[in-house]
Amino acid sequence: MNENQSNNGALVRVENVGKIFHRGSEDIHVLADLHLQVPAGEFLALMGPSGSGKTTLLNLIGGLDRPTKGSVVVAGERIDQLSDRTLAAWRARHVGFVFQLYNLMPVLTAERNVELPLLLTHLSKADRKKHVDAALAMVGLSHRAKHYPRTLSGGEQQRAGIARGIVTDPTLLLCDEPTGDLDRKAGNEILDLLQALNREHGKTIIMVTHDPHASARASRTVYLDKGQLSNEPVK
Amino acid sequence: MAGPINWFSQIVSITKFGLLSIPQRRGAVAATVIGIAGVVTVLVGVLSIAAGFRQAMTVSASPDGAIVLRSGADSEMVSGLGRDQTRVIADAPGVARTAQGPLASAELFVIINIPKRSTGLDANVPLRGVESAAWQVRDNMKIVQGRMFEWGKDEVIVGAGAAREFSGLDVGSKIKVGRYEWPVVGIFSANGGAAESEIWADAKVLQAAYNRGDSFQSVYARLNSPGAFQEFKDSLTSNPQLNVKVARQSEYYAEQSETITRLITTLGFLIAFLMAIGAVFGALNTMYSAVSARTREIATLRALGFGSGAVVVSLMIESLLLALVGGAIGGGLAYFAFNNFHTSTMNWQSFSQIAFAFKVTPELLVRGIVWSALIGLIGGLFPAIRAARLPIAAALREL
Ligand SMILES: Nc1ncnc2c1ncn2[C@@H]1O[C@H](COP(=O)(O)OP(=O)(O)O)[C@@H](O)[C@H]1O
Ligand SMILES: [Mg+2]
Repeated sequence: MNENQSNNGALVRVENVGKIFHRGSEDIHVLADLHLQVPAGEFLALMGPSGSGKTTLLNLIGGLDRPTKGSVVVAGERIDQLSDRTLAAWRARHVGFVFQLYNLMPVLTAERNVELPLLLTHLSKADRKKHVDAALAMVGLSHRAKHYPRTLSGGEQQRAGIARGIVTDPTLLLCDEPTGDLDRKAGNEILDLLQALNREHGKTIIMVTHDPHASARASRTVYLDKGQLSNEPVK
Repeated sequence: MAGPINWFSQIVSITKFGLLSIPQRRGAVAATVIGIAGVVTVLVGVLSIAAGFRQAMTVSASPDGAIVLRSGADSEMVSGLGRDQTRVIADAPGVARTAQGPLASAELFVIINIPKRSTGLDANVPLRGVESAAWQVRDNMKIVQGRMFEWGKDEVIVGAGAAREFSGLDVGSKIKVGRYEWPVVGIFSANGGAAESEIWADAKVLQAAYNRGDSFQSVYARLNSPGAFQEFKDSLTSNPQLNVKVARQSEYYAEQSETITRLITTLGFLIAFLMAIGAVFGALNTMYSAVSARTREIATLRALGFGSGAVVVSLMIESLLLALVGGAIGGGLAYFAFNNFHTSTMNWQSFSQIAFAFKVTPELLVRGIVWSALIGLIGGLFPAIRAARLPIAAALREL
């Protein structure tokens, strides 16, 4: 246990983080001196105008990118300083990602897509199947297990995406506009599902959205603007 | 945590995605495979010419066979030996003997003009005058049609390769030798060897027709054993009566085929190399487009925790597999198109035509496959590295 974690029980601790992108000679300051703490079991909605850096912040927490300055600590581990290789293994173990456009492999059936993260574990084929079946049942997609993504509706594809995100029982579920490409009805079903995962299974979820209907389902909402977070929407 | 099994399953699954997505990129993939097949066809095809030529030149040489020429002569054409000399050679130590005498054939070698079947143009065909031991100093000699010429008569027999490549050499036809017309009475084979490109007559008959007196150009001998060669050679080269050069038949023929074999081989490599450069660019292009078509897929896998090493290896495997398919097609094409394709060409060292068949040997096929594998690996490497270096976050933004 390091000192920081012992005096604060947050699962995710983003401290003093800055992120600058370079595009040609131009510097894009996206995040500046940003602080965020997410306790275990929270369902956090991250809102903000388009281009404000929501995806960037989510990527830093999920170990897909590194901050220009500051630190990102998840479950007591400082991930911004891990090597690429270690970070890949860390992601496999600790993070489930849910993407706006689902990002399913078109050449694989739903169940094979869900199985993908399990290929990075030492589970036997039989055990993998058990986990896949459980995850598909949890998202209500068992009857479509053998279907290819292109034959599934958007809502169904996102269920498969969520099943893939939770199949390894990760520490954190990170969703980037999970309902952004869905109609209201399908979007509501996805939100029901995320809410149930949080309430009934204790999943810690961080969800980027710019839909107030979506953020209303979260246990807390933070707003990103001009590189900083606040608890109130900016007018 | 990430053990070898885990790594292996990553590679297997990424490779599988790549292969399964080939139908969506079938145009570029087919072009690459065909390009590589073309390289291998040309490489194997051209080298099969050299292999066939070399084989034709060396197959008839027996390990215990020797040939004696005048010292300084590179070929029979420019050699000359008198009867007194050929007798000393035949009686030299090491030469095998039978009840009929030593197994040595003093031979005459001239060139006559006969039209090629393929072009109708005259070409140089060797006409060899032999002694009766000629059949024993060479391996695998056989009359396959008609009969042997009668000793002392104006008759010839024709090698199977010569009969196939030149017109007017069938049994029953006549060939013009100087002022004479001699009938062809038989066809012989020599296991595809150089003798098959020749026309044979009695040495004495040929001497008379060409006013050669009692002179020859070479002596072909069979020795007691391959080990007897040194003794045979030493006794001849140390004999002050003689001024000769002694070689094993195998070495002599290998030397005779060297210039043309090297030329064909060099040419083959050059053409194949130039084509291979083109094929590498084809493979590069295919794999770059494979990577860019799958940027988001690869980024997603890496987000899930798949390693960049596994991505590199998988793309290399995909490229390698495509190349090997091309190599196999090319090798098969070369085999069916060229193997045992009969032709004849000028052998500059003997200044006469050699009939031979292209030989697509297993070694050549392996060489073709190795070339295709190299093309695939080189063509796959840079795109694979690019895929592995993609920043995940940026790649995920691409649609
Ligand atoms: N890899 C990158 N390279 C350069 N600029 C980037 C990169 N990723 C994001 N940006 C820029 O950072 C800003 C924030 O992007 P993003 O985090 O995607 O915003 P949001 O998700 O809130 O819409 C945008 O201006 C975007 O163009
Ligand atoms: Mg975004």
